[in-house]
Amino acid sequence: MGYVFQFGTVWQEHDRLLLGAWLTLRLSAITMVLGLAVGILGAVGRSSRSRVVRAIVHGYVEAVRNTPFLVQLLLVYLGLPSLGLRLTPDQAALLAMVVNLGAYATEIVRAGIEAVPSGQIEAGRALGLRPHQIFRFVVLLPALRTVFPALGSQFILVMLASSVVSVISAEELTAVTDTIIARNFRSFEFYLVATGLYLAMSLAFQGVFALIDRILFHRWSTHT
Amino acid sequence: MIREFTLGEAWFLVEAVRWTVLLAALAFVGGSVMGLMIAVLRISKRPPLRAAAIVYIKVFQGTPLLMQLYLVYFGANLLGLQANAWLAAALGLTFYTSAFLGEIWRGCIQAVPRGQWDGAQALALGPLLGLRLVILPQALRIAIPPTVGFMVQVLKGTSLASIIGFTELTRAAQMVNNATFRPFIVYGLVALLYFLLCWPLSAYSRRLERQLDPVHLAPKKLAVQ
Repeated sequence: MGYVFQFGTVWQEHDRLLLGAWLTLRLSAITMVLGLAVGILGAVGRSSRSRVVRAIVHGYVEAVRNTPFLVQLLLVYLGLPSLGLRLTPDQAALLAMVVNLGAYATEIVRAGIEAVPSGQIEAGRALGLRPHQIFRFVVLLPALRTVFPALGSQFILVMLASSVVSVISAEELTAVTDTIIARNFRSFEFYLVATGLYLAMSLAFQGVFALIDRILFHRWSTHT
Repeated sequence: MIREFTLGEAWFLVEAVRWTVLLAALAFVGGSVMGLMIAVLRISKRPPLRAAAIVYIKVFQGTPLLMQLYLVYFGANLLGLQANAWLAAALGLTFYTSAFLGEIWRGCIQAVPRGQWDGAQALALGPLLGLRLVILPQALRIAIPPTVGFMVQVLKGTSLASIIGFTELTRAAQMVNNATFRPFIVYGLVALLYFLLCWPLSAYSRRLERQLDPVHLAPKKLAVQ
C-alpha cells in the first residue's frame, strides 16, 4: 500500500502527451477518410451485378469483422514482409486501420444504400440523370446522410482501437505514453491521464459529428 | 534457434483457443451480471443513480479497452494485490462488457411497451418484481440477437489480454512466431481460429435478428470494432 501518486511528473511531460494525442487524432482522421472511401467502394461492390465481386467483398467484410484488430495488425506488420511488402510501423498501422474500418464502413454504407427507395432511382431516371449522377445524388448522398450517426460511432471506435497499434511502436498516444513510462515507471498515473485524453477525444469527436450532422445534413433536408 | 513450424506448433495454437474461450466466458458472465445492474440503474427513477450509470457507460465506451486493461493491471498492483494477468484481464474485460451490455439491454428494456409496466403495477407487483416477472422476460426476446453479436466483440477483445501478458491465443501466436519466425502462417492460422469462433456467432445473431424483425423493431445493433 502506501503508494504516493505523483502527478507532478505527468505535468512535466504534458507537451509530449499532447503531441501523442495529436498523433492519434491525425492517424484517426486519415483512417476515417480512407476507410470511408473503402467503405463506399465496398458498398458499390456489394451491390455489383457480378457474383464474384459480391463474394469477394462479402469475404473481406466477414473476415475483418470476425477477427481481432490486433491479429490483423500483426498479420500486416509481421506477415506481409514474407510476401515481399515491408512497411514501417506507421504505414502498417494505417493500412491495418483502414482495412479494418473499410469493412465496417462497407456494411454501414450498404445498409444506407439499401434504405434508398427504388422509386427515387426511377424518378432520377425519369429526370434524365445519367447513371453516375443517379448514384451520386440520388443514392449515395442520401444513404450517407441516413447512416451518418452509425458511421460516426464506428469512427470513434476506430480511434479508440488505434491505441493497439502501440504494440508495433507506431507513433500515437499509447506508444508515447509507453515510452514515457519506460523512463519513470509511473505506469498508473500516465495511463490514467492517457485514458482521460482518449475520453476527451472521443467526446470531442462525438460533438463534431453531431455538429456535422446538424449543419451539413439537416440543412440540406430543409433546403430540398 | 529457429524451429520449423510443424503440426506440433499448430496444435499448440489450437490448444490455446481454450484460454481465449475461457477468458471470454468469464468476462461474459461477469459482464452480464454487472451489465444487468447497469441497465437497471440506467432506467432508475432517481437522477443520481441514472447519472452514475450514464457516466460509467460513457467512460468505458469512450476509452480504449487496452487502457482499461492497463489501469486494472497496474491499479490492482497499487491496491497491494499482486499484479496478475489473469485477474486483470478478467476484471478489465468484465467492466468493458458490462458497459456495452448495460447500454444494449437498457434499449431492450425500454423497447417493451409502457403499458406492460402499468399492467405489472395493476397486478400489485412492485417495480423490481414487475421488472423481473413482466418486463425482463419480454425484453429478453429482443435482447438475444444483439447480445450474441456482442459476444463476438468480447471474444475479439480477449486478444488484447496478450499485451498485459495473459497467455491466450494471440500470446501463444507470439510465442510460436518467436520460435519459428513464420509470421504469415502463424498469424494466418490464428486469424482463422478466431474466425471459426466468431463467425458462427455473427451468423446466428444475424439470423435471430431477421426472425425477430417483422415482429419487433430490434434496437440498432452497435457496430463495434
